[in-house]
Amino acid sequence: MAARLFPHPLLSLVLVVVWLGLVNKVTLGNVVLGAILGVAVPMLTSPYWPNRPRIRAPLRAAEYALVVLWDIVVANVQVALIILFKPNDRIHSHWITVPLELTSAEAITVLAGTITMTPGTVSVTFSADIHSILVHCLHTDDPDAVRANIKNRYETRLKEIFG
Amino acid sequence: MEVLTEILISFFLVVAGVFGLVGSFGLVKLRDTMQRLHAPTKATTLGVGGVLIASMLYFALVKGSFSFHELLITLFLFITAPITANFISKTYLVKHVSEDDLPDTEQSFGWAIYSDPPDQS
Repeated sequence: MAARLFPHPLLSLVLVVVWLGLVNKVTLGNVVLGAILGVAVPMLTSPYWPNRPRIRAPLRAAEYALVVLWDIVVANVQVALIILFKPNDRIHSHWITVPLELTSAEAITVLAGTITMTPGTVSVTFSADIHSILVHCLHTDDPDAVRANIKNRYETRLKEIFG
Repeated sequence: MEVLTEILISFFLVVAGVFGLVGSFGLVKLRDTMQRLHAPTKATTLGVGGVLIASMLYFALVKGSFSFHELLITLFLFITAPITANFISKTYLVKHVSEDDLPDTEQSFGWAIYSDPPDQS
């Protein structure tokens, strides 16, 4: 019964919180309306996410969010410095192929988003069998180090989170 | 105390403004589309983030009420920004870059925008 009412408890919770955030006022009426949305939306959309992966390690996920947030701040400063102080002919842009060990679509989506938001890299496309991801790097003299950084810093953490 | 609050809020607003400016300057300065893409996806995140932090501080310290909207804006921004960048870069690849200019996939299939996915059936 509980499983049918709440096929995706986390999504229900997120919907309630987002709804309360949108109306920006915590009243009983808003909580009830949010709860209705939190029950109805997961029930209606459950056919669209079969085989969704479970988050194995919620604490690691929180740690991952903090690491990424910090890296975003660092990335901002680094890119700003490159833009301001590096002459154009000394900016060496590279295409980098990063082989993937992750298999679940959700984990790969998170990784691609992370790559785009962090130090001087943008994820562009996948190989057709989704075993590699193509990354464009704004400035580096050592493409292998960038690839190793992406794999060690983000992919290993995501592997632990999504199992 | 009041002065301290104002200094703190102004600090975040100024930081945000500087990063917004640098991001826009990057759009003009860098040479090709792929490089230009880095400017708005990075520098402006902190630009918008700074304004949001300042806004949260203002409502919390001056108005005495907590506002959730800034947190939601941050969330939506972080979800949507990489997708925009991804769409722009893919379109650029299709129009201007040939497959030979890209590094090898190191897999048995080519990059997804040039070759078909393996048969799923």
